[in-house]
Amino acid sequence: MLAHDTIKYNPIDQIGAQERVARLFSRSIKKESKVEALKTVLSMIDLTTLEGKDSPGKVKQLSYKAAHLHDQFPDLPSVAAICVYPTMVTVAKSALQNTGIKIASVATAFPSGMASLTAKLDEVRTVVEDGADEVDMVISRGKFLRGEYDQVADEIVQVKDACGKAHLKVILETGELVTLDNVRLASDLAMNAGADFIKTSTGKVSPAATPTVVLVMLEAIRDFYKQTGKKIGMKPAGGISVAKQAIQYLVMVRETLGQDWLSPDLFRFGASSLANNVLMQIVKQTTGVYQSDNYFSID
Amino acid sequence: MNESSGTPSKELDFQTDWTYSPAPESTDHIEFPEKNDLFINGKFQPPVNGKYFETLDPSNEEKLADVAEAGQEDIANAVAAASKAYDKVWSKIDPAERGKYIYRIARQIQERAREFAVIESMDGGKPIRESRDVDIPLSAAHFFYYAGWADKLDYAFPGRKTKPVGVAGQIIPWNFPLLMAAWKIAPALAAGNTVVLKPAESSPLTAMKLAEIIQEADLPPGVVNIINGGGETGRALVEHPDIDKIAFTGSTEVGKWIMKSVAGTPKKYSLELGGKAANIIFEDAPIDQAVEGIVNGIFFNQGHVCCAGSRLFVQESVAENVISKLKDRMDTLIVGNPLDKNTDIGAINSKTQLERIKMYVDIGQKEGGQIFQPSCSLPEKGYWYAPTLFTDVSQSHRVVQEEIFGPVLAIQTFRTVDEVIAKANNTPYGLSGGVWTDKGSKIFNVSRDIRAGVIWANTFNKFDPSAPFGGYKESGFGREGGLEGLLPYVDLD
Repeated sequence: MLAHDTIKYNPIDQIGAQERVARLFSRSIKKESKVEALKTVLSMIDLTTLEGKDSPGKVKQLSYKAAHLHDQFPDLPSVAAICVYPTMVTVAKSALQNTGIKIASVATAFPSGMASLTAKLDEVRTVVEDGADEVDMVISRGKFLRGEYDQVADEIVQVKDACGKAHLKVILETGELVTLDNVRLASDLAMNAGADFIKTSTGKVSPAATPTVVLVMLEAIRDFYKQTGKKIGMKPAGGISVAKQAIQYLVMVRETLGQDWLSPDLFRFGASSLANNVLMQIVKQTTGVYQSDNYFSID
Repeated sequence: MNESSGTPSKELDFQTDWTYSPAPESTDHIEFPEKNDLFINGKFQPPVNGKYFETLDPSNEEKLADVAEAGQEDIANAVAAASKAYDKVWSKIDPAERGKYIYRIARQIQERAREFAVIESMDGGKPIRESRDVDIPLSAAHFFYYAGWADKLDYAFPGRKTKPVGVAGQIIPWNFPLLMAAWKIAPALAAGNTVVLKPAESSPLTAMKLAEIIQEADLPPGVVNIINGGGETGRALVEHPDIDKIAFTGSTEVGKWIMKSVAGTPKKYSLELGGKAANIIFEDAPIDQAVEGIVNGIFFNQGHVCCAGSRLFVQESVAENVISKLKDRMDTLIVGNPLDKNTDIGAINSKTQLERIKMYVDIGQKEGGQIFQPSCSLPEKGYWYAPTLFTDVSQSHRVVQEEIFGPVLAIQTFRTVDEVIAKANNTPYGLSGGVWTDKGSKIFNVSRDIRAGVIWANTFNKFDPSAPFGGYKESGFGREGGLEGLLPYVDLD
């Protein structure tokens, strides 16, 4: 498959993209509008734990938290999904029964992607069999930076195939792609190769999600939709820890893609500590005062 | 591309369930006099003939204040005060002292920036986002910049001696009231001239606030005089025999009259007049950023910008894509209360200007142009016009030829570089232009061949005190900003 042959080079002007971000981020979100945004943000979170020291106990706690964000407050949504390593999928599966919360598993030798294609595909099939609803794969950045675009695309196509019914999120690891031109090209490759979502980062490389990168990816999604009619989702991940940032991303989504993308079906935040910050803001909006962070559970 | 009825719609829906709550900037702290007098010889004084006119908030047509109208005698008093201050004080004091006064004005503007921004938006209708982020900071920056030149004029023009010109009569437009006052006053003062400034009739309030600052900064009386009024006041100022230099920003029509009036007199003059800038998008441009540049080029300040990118040229192969993206982008523009922090497009500055915009859009449609306007709702009271695109127009259409000075963009397509350069230059104006391409060599090629004072590459409507600004052809002459901006205010030996 020669995916990149059909992809036009779309140059990105970095200064212009940054200025657009600055303008979007200057929107002032207050009052009802803010409360609504905060609740939407909660519903879009992929509550994440991706550490070498993760244990079944931790994943169980996280799963409970996902469904019971702050029970003192009625009418709060639950998060969209929890995101774990492959070996934790079965634990999450049993912990999340009947909650409607999805299970996302990273795969394909996350975070480096440095494994054979066979091993990657095996891993994908295993996590899907274990019950993952969503697979977060990484692209081969080494191949991409060598210009082996066909092989990058081919790998995505095969992973998508191995996913079966599970949704595929393709992590570009934009921190390693460096330029916005590369981010755009990788986004186009991934979407053409069958990604259901494109995702910025593993969270293991700095910088992770930056506003400018997210804007460029959203614009790539917009162009792909205009060309094909297919709606691809977006997931910024890593470094988004405060409510204000998350709301700014919602503004970006609203003014780039509009109504359909303001939903967990098409937009997610990959984050571990964001939820509590958003909860604190929701409580503040309702009661008028900030509570100590000791009032918010740290699972 | 043919689409069968089963194909999913590819429209984007920006009428989202989640919207932004109103976020108006507070006006509680804003104070200005109900009656604004003339600022002559360091004092606020009523006009000799006792005449006042009203200034309105164009977003709701409510009266904001009365403003004194200067008659012949007031102008004579102001010019006399300026002459005396020039002879006795300002041309004689240590240049470093002049610099200190100008720095003081700059710092005061910075300190009172929020107050200035709110008044600018109330009196002129521009969104607070722009008055807060552009007009006021740039005004302060101009004073800072020229304050620095005050004691370095010998280095500005190496090997030459500079002398101030004398009394400058300065007439400024309504589109950037404080900023234009700063562009005019700062270089004049730095070079040792004194000033009689006439702000525009429809937006005089920030200039009167500037007069307050000038008084507080303890400038010697008469160094800066600010008088208000309409065309008659401006005419009398230009014709006053003791004026040594005229600086005018405004319409080409008035600019031509000024040239006739000063012919045969020793008066120096500089004019910054109209424009009909070409904004050129090549097929290899960064398209999403170019679309943003188009929006900034024509909808910034409701299109009340002499260097607005009002003629858009898009290379044929990307025209459909660019126009479709532009329409989507326009759907997200928020038109409304200028004081709301989320407003992108504010009110049209005056009823007269609104009528003019409507007239041109009428003409454009009658001549066969197709218009597009987004589905934004406009407030009922006040002067409003939706952002507007014209397609199916050519160089022969009046909406392509004439300056509309409103949020109306005329779009044409082109195929080759030579064609677009020829069309870009096919206008009596030559103030600004824009070129969008990923290719550096093309930027240099095109910007060299377009006759305009400013060409922006992969951006638009960027201003900096250190960058000279001004026109070719009927867009005027003389430069404002930068080292070149000192030239109209000095005689070189």
